[in-house]
Amino acid sequence: MTAIFFKEINAFFSSLIGYIVIGVFLVIMGLVMWVFPDYSVIDGNYATLDTLFAMAPLIFMFLIPAVTMRSFAEERQSGAIELLVTRPVTDWQIVAGKFLACLVLVLFALLPTVLYYFSIYQLGAPKGNLDSGGILGSYIGLLFLASAFVAIGVFASSLTGNQIVAFVLATFLCFFTYLAFDYLSRLPVFFGKTDDIVQSFGIAYHYNSVSRGVLDTRDLTYFISISALFLAATVLSLGRRKW
Amino acid sequence: MSVKVTHLTKLYDLQRAVDDLTFEARKGEVLGFLGPNGAGKTTTMKIITGYLPQTGGAVEVCGFDVEKQSLEARARVGYLPEHNPLYKDMYVREYLEFTARLNRTSNARKRVEAMIERTGLASHRQKQIGELSKGYRQRVGLAQAMLHDPEVLILDEPTSGLDPNQIVEIRQLIKDLGREKTVILSTHILAEVEAVCDRAIIINKGKLAADAPIETLRQQFSGQSIVTAEFSGAVSQPQLLAIPQVQSVKNLGKGRWELRAAVEDDIRAAVFHFAVQNKLTLLELHKSVFSVEEIFRELTK
Repeated sequence: MTAIFFKEINAFFSSLIGYIVIGVFLVIMGLVMWVFPDYSVIDGNYATLDTLFAMAPLIFMFLIPAVTMRSFAEERQSGAIELLVTRPVTDWQIVAGKFLACLVLVLFALLPTVLYYFSIYQLGAPKGNLDSGGILGSYIGLLFLASAFVAIGVFASSLTGNQIVAFVLATFLCFFTYLAFDYLSRLPVFFGKTDDIVQSFGIAYHYNSVSRGVLDTRDLTYFISISALFLAATVLSLGRRKW
Repeated sequence: MSVKVTHLTKLYDLQRAVDDLTFEARKGEVLGFLGPNGAGKTTTMKIITGYLPQTGGAVEVCGFDVEKQSLEARARVGYLPEHNPLYKDMYVREYLEFTARLNRTSNARKRVEAMIERTGLASHRQKQIGELSKGYRQRVGLAQAMLHDPEVLILDEPTSGLDPNQIVEIRQLIKDLGREKTVILSTHILAEVEAVCDRAIIINKGKLAADAPIETLRQQFSGQSIVTAEFSGAVSQPQLLAIPQVQSVKNLGKGRWELRAAVEDDIRAAVFHFAVQNKLTLLELHKSVFSVEEIFRELTK
């Protein structure tokens, strides 16, 4: 597993992919947080990181599929998958190696945003007047969300030999699991009756819950389950040749 | 027995790609796997390496069942797939070190260096695989397959697309490997089988058509020795048939004739005497046995 993990990490940073992903994420975040007048912290007059945590999932929705789209699709296309799965490693090890490598890349992109916390800490009036617990919770939520998106992306990539198909499919699945349940819950069939249950299928519901700074086991269970579900589906899809 | 295939069957939908195939490969032997395109060579190899599951029958590698003890079996197999898929953006050494770690090879660095030397990649070790020519890529593929010192090597068309010099080098490498390991090599170049393999297995439409050492195959199959003779003057068919031991006669045009006799009889002396008696000059006299080419065509018709 470590062999695959380090190979994938090397692939990100020996090509432009890693730098572009981190760069693009930080540029968009920087613009939204500090420059664009409608959202920026400076114009908002509140010492919060809410903008970051509202925007990051939307950026991840496109950026993470771009990171994960090649993970299996490229090898399926080139045939290298045949060599990989005939080595003495289990399919789970292959999937885990690739999943963790993509997740670490996303972590690298997220890490510099910790600077924003310190900036806002200084800008608060009085200094340090911000909800640190909430921010920590939000970061944890964002990590879980990223891991769910990466699992979805790796799964989509394992389905096809075409990277563009993998990207589009992953973006759609990320969008669907993140937001669609919120919107669906407003349909007349559910509204006012079971809308809460419908919402709880979506990532957004649990993400917002964690963002309040309360780490509820239900939310943790949800996030771990959704990542595990898609990773298991990936292993299944990798073993498809055996059906 | 290094590789043991028993009653192997593989169905793709309703098509029988491999049909009740049974054979064995021993240590210290290069086994040639022959057959026309679509005969089931690649499918069989994919099953031995554990990439595809079989529909029926069993495959054992060094005593491990490839389905039930997959990891143990896979650890003992080196595999060069048909189109030699490699990661084009990786460097030669980086790629080999990755493979070494994947195979959990002990002292990976030393093994990688040794393999680079052995496959003649020394001057290319710092290059990206994508920059290499086809011949060198094939060497990387071979190095990758041999890296963890496996007992069994499965090579699917290892010399396809190489130039004649490279073919000779790679064949020599395979021959050397065959002394200490079990090598199963598929090809449709028949000269390759004659040059490299100790034993040949010919399969046709998924079925075993022949399994024998090359020499035996050649003798058994021929059953007849063929003598080509060219005479300066006109000869008739009954005249030639009168030569002792000649079984059949065929005119190849002008004064050239093909005479067939039992494999243990040498009729060349008799043909010479025939020419002398009839005051004819013998322009050509040549004895041949069936080539692997002919055997192959005969068996896979």
